[in-house]
Amino acid sequence: MKVGIVSYGAYVPRYRISPEEIGKVWGADGKAMSKGLMINCKSVPAPDEDTITISVEAARAMMRRCDVNPQDIGALYVGSESHPYAVKPTGTIVAEAIEAAPHLTVADFEFACKAGTAAIQTCMGLVGAGMVKYGVAIGADTSQGAPGDALEYSASAGGAAFLIGSEKVIATIDHTYSYTTDTPDFWRREGEMYPRHGGRFTGEPAYFKHVLNGAKGLMERTNTTAKDYTYAVFHQPNGKFPTRVAKQLGFSDAQIKSGLLAPLIGNTYSGAVPLGLAAILDEAKAGDRIFATAYGSGAGSDAFAITVTDQIDGYARSKAPTVKEIISNVKFLDYATYAKFRGKILLGSE
Amino acid sequence: MRRVAVIGVGDTEFGELWDSSFREIGIRAGLAAVADANISADKIDALYVGNMSAGRFIEQEHIGALIADYSGLARDHIPATRVEAAGASGGLALRQGFQAVASGLHDIVVVGGAEKMTDVSDTESSNIQSSSADQEWEIVLGATYPALHALIARRHMHVYGTTREQLADVAVKNHKHGSLNPKAQFQRPITRETVLGSPLVSSPLRVFDCAPSSDGAAAVVLCPLDQAKNYTEVPVEIVGTGQASDTLSLHDRKDICTMEATRSAAKRAFDMAGITYKDVDVAEVHDNFTISEILALEDLGFFKKGEGGKATEAGLTGLEGEIAVNTSGGLKARGDPIGATGLAQAVEIVTQLRGKADKRQVKDAQVGLTHNVGGTGATVVVHLFRRV
Repeated sequence: MKVGIVSYGAYVPRYRISPEEIGKVWGADGKAMSKGLMINCKSVPAPDEDTITISVEAARAMMRRCDVNPQDIGALYVGSESHPYAVKPTGTIVAEAIEAAPHLTVADFEFACKAGTAAIQTCMGLVGAGMVKYGVAIGADTSQGAPGDALEYSASAGGAAFLIGSEKVIATIDHTYSYTTDTPDFWRREGEMYPRHGGRFTGEPAYFKHVLNGAKGLMERTNTTAKDYTYAVFHQPNGKFPTRVAKQLGFSDAQIKSGLLAPLIGNTYSGAVPLGLAAILDEAKAGDRIFATAYGSGAGSDAFAITVTDQIDGYARSKAPTVKEIISNVKFLDYATYAKFRGKILLGSE
Repeated sequence: MRRVAVIGVGDTEFGELWDSSFREIGIRAGLAAVADANISADKIDALYVGNMSAGRFIEQEHIGALIADYSGLARDHIPATRVEAAGASGGLALRQGFQAVASGLHDIVVVGGAEKMTDVSDTESSNIQSSSADQEWEIVLGATYPALHALIARRHMHVYGTTREQLADVAVKNHKHGSLNPKAQFQRPITRETVLGSPLVSSPLRVFDCAPSSDGAAAVVLCPLDQAKNYTEVPVEIVGTGQASDTLSLHDRKDICTMEATRSAAKRAFDMAGITYKDVDVAEVHDNFTISEILALEDLGFFKKGEGGKATEAGLTGLEGEIAVNTSGGLKARGDPIGATGLAQAVEIVTQLRGKADKRQVKDAQVGLTHNVGGTGATVVVHLFRRV
């Protein structure tokens, strides 16, 4: 049985803010920040958007593109580090919204930026074991960055949903491999509004170590090299890290171009690799091979080897907007409006 | 007073050593030095450790005993002493070791220096470094350690016409040297444009004008010169040592473009050795900022006051120059784990005088100098070394 992606959908809020606008407020060189991070602007959720609405938008787009009966969905998992409720699932609302309730199992996942890909792996297991016919895996975030912190220049919002099954798969997931250690590079404790991070420690010993080991581990296990793939997508906390890691693994700029969204929308955390993968599926052709490696702080990586099937030709991709179309509809905000949207302006207690 | 020789040197690579603890790097450098000296641990009579702020960087005090313990020396109950003088901690520890051997109190002394700076946030690291200036009169009022050096740089540019490009040339030269030193934190050469295009820290100083935060350790083994041949074919004698102090605050000095403590410490060291700056072939000076190297070049006597920038621009301080300065890469490129820095300078000079500096070897180097500064020049330690 070949388990893979039956359908997918994406969503990114339309609002944007530029590093220059943020830097202006904090007395920082926003232009240099933009260049250093390779981020031209980042997406910002509207006041009535959160991880749930983003997940619902993405899941509905996913359902529009296929003729799967939502009642055949046996599992739904939402991976995020910005679930609106500390206690009470995001997934139940999403399940109701796509009419998959009540005969399914639902849970919210958290593993920093890779909870969405962990959800994909879980669904692969359930489908592969024959426990469910279809599983939905969503990665979505409205990530937080403390005012003035380096993260504020990149932390953004967006997400993508994947329907995992074994019939009419548009892309098979041929292999997955994860690499996990206890590496505290980035964290947010219960009740804290903003995450904290280890500065430069988030680079070499965290992102690069785990992404490189995850990717190499998968290449070894599949006996492949960068040349065997048409596309590659890596977790993208900014534009620079995935570009550097791709080069180190032997991927070309052409291979990573389609999935590299951070320069245009920032770091969508749990949404990052799912969105990049969605953008690749928007244009992929039968036979194309896709290499994907997500990274989550704390820390671990999930790597996937994916092959696009003939089913892509009959697949109703056009029933929902492509990632490119979604992110081309933008409205720029000034910092004051952005601060209001993100709840950074504290109102006096009533 | 007995004559004193260095019979062993050892160090770690400098950089973000996130896989190693403070004690681990301290011991690694110490063991390397002891192995280099061909001695066994039971020969060691005393230990001195230069360290600025382990209490704040890793919340560990009592560093002397810690290093003695983890070096396996605690059971021999040897005296182990931690020495602190901000950035000059390492140089001062070396001087304590020198005094112990010269006085006849001890024969074999290990002097180490270590700092672990990258386990705290950048802000915390910068606060800790600023504690080497005057908290009550400088830091509380808003000055930072880079800002105080920026004041010096501005004044030097105003009075002597030192240019922004000349400051950059110090960094370019030291990164070039660093690229020839496998243990340097920064391994790549840079250009003037790299420096001038890097983010502003405190005008006119930019990121590439400042030494980095580093983890690292370095150590030397000392013994009386007349015993040195028992341990090594190539002993290097410490022929001069000088230490001086100055006002803790920059604003209390007559002239902020001159580090009087450098002049005094250098004079004492040169007088003791009976030589002058002209005899020096290779020098490791305290370039925690690019302007600091320019001041050092002038205050040590290598160039006239105000000529340090021009001399650097003219290439007179490169490997093939009149005086080879910071062949290790200096604090700028070799890295600056504060307490280790003074010892790393000594390791480099001994390596040069032994003729073992490989691609960065200064031809026929006979006499070397180290210049280690605490704060903005409130403590300076200068040592002179000669090949035996």
